[in-house]
Amino acid sequence: MCGIAGLIHKGKSSNVGSEMTAMLQALKHRGPDSTGYAVYGEPKEGDYIMRLKVAEADDMKRGHGIHQTILDRVNAVEAILKEHGAEVASKTNATEYALRYVLTHVGDTAKMAEHIEETDGVEILSLGNGLELIKDLGDASDVAGLYGLHDFKGTHSIGHTRMATESDVDIRSAHPYWAFPYNDVSVVHNGQITNYWIMRREMERKGHRFMSNCDSELLAVYTAHNLANGITLEESLRNSIQEIDGVFTYLVATKDQLGMAKDTMAAKPLVLYESDDLIAMASEEVAIRAILPQEIDTYDPYDEEVRVWQA
Amino acid sequence: MASVSDAELKQMTQEERVTALGMRTEQLTGKSLHIEFDPDAEERFTYPWAPEVDFNKRIEVDTDHMTTTEVNSKIRELMAEGYGTIVLQNPRGKHSLGVGILSRLNLIIEGSTGYFGVGLIDGPNVRINGRVGWSCGENMMSGTVLIEKNAGSTFGAAIRGGDLVCRGSVGSRTGIDMKGGTIIVGGDTGALSGFMMQRGRMVVCGNAGKNLGDSMYDGTIFIGGSIQSLGVDAVEAEKTELDKAWLTRKLTQYGLMPDKGVDHFTKIVAGKQLWNYDNLEPSEKKLIL
Repeated sequence: MCGIAGLIHKGKSSNVGSEMTAMLQALKHRGPDSTGYAVYGEPKEGDYIMRLKVAEADDMKRGHGIHQTILDRVNAVEAILKEHGAEVASKTNATEYALRYVLTHVGDTAKMAEHIEETDGVEILSLGNGLELIKDLGDASDVAGLYGLHDFKGTHSIGHTRMATESDVDIRSAHPYWAFPYNDVSVVHNGQITNYWIMRREMERKGHRFMSNCDSELLAVYTAHNLANGITLEESLRNSIQEIDGVFTYLVATKDQLGMAKDTMAAKPLVLYESDDLIAMASEEVAIRAILPQEIDTYDPYDEEVRVWQA
Repeated sequence: MASVSDAELKQMTQEERVTALGMRTEQLTGKSLHIEFDPDAEERFTYPWAPEVDFNKRIEVDTDHMTTTEVNSKIRELMAEGYGTIVLQNPRGKHSLGVGILSRLNLIIEGSTGYFGVGLIDGPNVRINGRVGWSCGENMMSGTVLIEKNAGSTFGAAIRGGDLVCRGSVGSRTGIDMKGGTIIVGGDTGALSGFMMQRGRMVVCGNAGKNLGDSMYDGTIFIGGSIQSLGVDAVEAEKTELDKAWLTRKLTQYGLMPDKGVDHFTKIVAGKQLWNYDNLEPSEKKLIL
């Protein structure tokens, strides 16, 4: 089933970490397997934030050897950063396997990201000026507590509660997906893509990488491909309705935009609230009410509807 | 059929009650038998076990920190105490509020509800001063439901009776599989509205999305605005004077009568080209031949 949520503040920052946590916790019943956030903070020019995992949560249960493996992987990543001239301004880790680096003096981020992912067991969750992508097993309160998201300030965010149907219960298959290697682009999705393998092979032929077998990753790769070829976010969303088969509603966030698209059948739900300074959307009204308890007007977008909002 | 007392009904099995109350199983032969009330049953419009409520006895319930189960149980407790008007405050988009109420009641919901609101009801009058999520009024048998704002998809799915009214716009697949009753929408409706509709009437004052009335068996749809496209076997039909009188009465009743009247409404019915009730399946043909 899965639950998706998004919110964007126009022209100001807010406590998007706690707001998204409240929304996703209200959607817990739609997907208790894992929870993920893509939050967009207040970027400093020249700084890059990289979130990566060097093991799966389940790997930690597999004996003492994993601790040394993680150490080796972290050392390998840091050696690659050095090789690409990136300076580590700060390094934090919420868990032993999930790290956050603030980098300065980064050159070609795409080349660096590709190099880092050559390290066995390492996956970059996000890389960009504003985007921070956090996902782990458990509900929103668990993940927000573990990663200290309650105090996160930013302009916009998308999130996901996952009920695993087509791939494993692990961080690799959890949403959101970063549109690798396109900085600051993330995707959450509710639905099933029926031409996944055809589209995946097409994207792989064009040189894109897939880290999981989750059909939602295709939307991130597809969006990244379009944006890299000069297609606007709105055009990409519109094209996807014709080019991607299945039932889906998905949200895409960029450094300063939030977009949504609904398939031709409108088979997957989304409720929208729009005001002059805040737009909030979720699979269910109850998530919007978690941050806006007062009486408000909401509506369901129709089939093939595409919308994009600016922060 | 002679009328039976409540005491007698309480002693009966479910099957005996169905017969005694004049209800029958529908026969799927293309011409269904549809007896809802026995004229001899002395205006028996409620179930014999339904609580006696007084509409002037009113109570407000703050549902903010209650679960759906707690709210629905509370409604039943209050009805057993004779409350005939129950106001639910702060619903906050909760799912399945007010489902399965099988007797007369004035239920007022001050705010918006989530999925499956007031589904499976048979008798109450419900007013929701907010928006409703997917599948509002699903399978309702009788009563009225009036929603002041918008509604989600599958509004009135499989409705069998009563009036389900939304003053705003509704999502897709409105009245899917409806078998009776009336759905009225003040605004627009999405794709595949009236899909597999079998009986009843749907009125949309605004526009309709694509594939309107797709594979409808029977029933009538009236659209006041534009129709993006008709579905398979849905065809336009001529409005009768009876249709216009009915539309005028219903839309006036709910304050949705357009200034320009009802002449502009388009009537959509089943083309009945897909009706094949009496056709044999290939395996059956082989048996006969």
